[in-house]
Amino acid sequence: MWDYLKLIALGAVAVLAAYAATLARDLPYLVNAIEVALVAAGAFVWIMFTMGKRKPAPANEYMDGVVRAGVIATAVWGIVGFLVGATIAFQLAFPWLNPDWAYGTMNFGRLRPLHTSAVIFAFGGNALIMSSFYIVQRTCATRLWGGGLGWFVFWGWQVMILLAASSYVLGGTQGKEYAETVWYIDIWIAVVWVAYLLVYMGTLFKRKEPHIYVANWFILSMIVTIAMLHIVNNLAVPVSFFGSVSVQLMGGVQDAMTQWWYGHNAVGFFLTAGFLGMMYYFVPKQAERPIYSYKLSIVHFWALIFLYIWAGPHHLHYTALPDWASTLGMVFSIMLWMPSWGGMINGLMTLSGAWDKLRTDPVIRMMVVSVGFYGMSTFEGPMMSIKAVNSLSHYTDWTIGHVHSGALGWNGMITFGALYFLTPKLWARERLYSLSLVSWHFWLATIGIVLYASSMWVTGIMEGLMWREVDANGFLVNAFADTVAAKFPMYVVRATGGTLFLTGALIMCYNLWATVAKQPRKAAASVHAVPAE
Amino acid sequence: MDSYSLLREFADSWVLLALTLFFVAVVFWAWRPGSRKMHEDTANIPFRHDDKPADVVGRNGNGHNSGAKIKEAQQ
Repeated sequence: MWDYLKLIALGAVAVLAAYAATLARDLPYLVNAIEVALVAAGAFVWIMFTMGKRKPAPANEYMDGVVRAGVIATAVWGIVGFLVGATIAFQLAFPWLNPDWAYGTMNFGRLRPLHTSAVIFAFGGNALIMSSFYIVQRTCATRLWGGGLGWFVFWGWQVMILLAASSYVLGGTQGKEYAETVWYIDIWIAVVWVAYLLVYMGTLFKRKEPHIYVANWFILSMIVTIAMLHIVNNLAVPVSFFGSVSVQLMGGVQDAMTQWWYGHNAVGFFLTAGFLGMMYYFVPKQAERPIYSYKLSIVHFWALIFLYIWAGPHHLHYTALPDWASTLGMVFSIMLWMPSWGGMINGLMTLSGAWDKLRTDPVIRMMVVSVGFYGMSTFEGPMMSIKAVNSLSHYTDWTIGHVHSGALGWNGMITFGALYFLTPKLWARERLYSLSLVSWHFWLATIGIVLYASSMWVTGIMEGLMWREVDANGFLVNAFADTVAAKFPMYVVRATGGTLFLTGALIMCYNLWATVAKQPRKAAASVHAVPAE
Repeated sequence: MDSYSLLREFADSWVLLALTLFFVAVVFWAWRPGSRKMHEDTANIPFRHDDKPADVVGRNGNGHNSGAKIKEAQQ
């Protein structure tokens, strides 16, 4: 019965999307409509052929299939995102890498949103969805709620990535940083995200543990806040149902403030709260000891969500934004030091008494460096939000360096740690294929980040100083092109750092593949050794 | 008074006070006497049900087992 309803819905979507494609007013819309028609038709055929053959899920097992799919998607999208990142880094250093034939699809301006969305929403988003599905089941001691809804979240998210990526390179954008996706993709994101919230809440509701473990608090706050941010920031009226262009509901400084309220909290909740949820589960698991202070984690949670939401205005210092608003953003950013460092100390001190693991276990080393980068970039960020510092750092490469020490160092490393932790468990392998390859990955990634961050500090501060340099008569000394020319060596160093990071991730993918493909399944005996139920 | 000024005044006074008090209360609640045992128990959740969900047999039907019950079952 349920399957027939799905077939009707998918058939209707396929036909409507194909019809919309014939009326498309612009290229991104046309391509997206064809993609939607193909995906819906594919899902239609799949359901038709598997109808009645799919086995009911056993209730006394965790739903790990969707987590396994998420591990693969995270690794694959990671490579795509890092590759595009390294590409645009070289495009900045060597302008001839933007050849004439590539204009309109593959030039820097088109690839840049592809890179940011691929790493944040494809790599980071898949990492969050898959690890939150793993964590919520283990810490609630119950199977994921909602039957196939978890799979809908997974596939819905991949469809979103496909639509967004093809839309970006063809010029579909609403010009909002980290929220470039056009209106119909925004609606789809909201649908998938609400399904994600339902799966998560449903699982929490039927938990067998009396208490909700702290990792779930962070992840739930991420899901709820991102829903709110996404919907408010994307309030827009489409110009036509058959085109990708829309008009924002808010304009001027209100729109700018809404955008950076969204933008900073995408960092604060998507890339911080969600990944802290990962930290609070995977670091104790890998260290094999509980979190250093559970009380501190409670205060960390409440302080973080109380403060982060106000920090957005620091993106708009010295603009049309009222002074009081940007001062408010600055003050809250500085206060964020405390919860951030409290959380970092909590993560690091979890290893107290087990520091020897740093020498023997490269996975825990990765996680510890990740928490270290969390501390470093949450120190740097508040400092850059101070108006006097911001007057030097704003619009320079320092900002890009700051973002990447957080994204590569904190988000990237904790995700790699989680992938190394999860792969042997999910595919029932005794251990990782090679720990020395993990060490290779660790050092390549770390050196890559160091090259990236330090070159961006140098070029950012240099740029800021060159822009404000005036001669005795008060005239500017440097033209903009002078700063571009002066930055060249640092851009090469940055691109090299990014390439090292990408190489490390490729080694990880081989290692994860070999873990599953080149090792036998763990003997079933270990499954029976579970404490008697 | 226009709605902006009204909301602004409300946010600057009562809501600010309420949120601050809520936060202070959270801190005191976390360090309240007798919370240590519960926090230790909660902090150990990740180490309990790695391979299988908690037993579904003998559940009281409303979907919730007390922590004590799960403990018993494990022993």
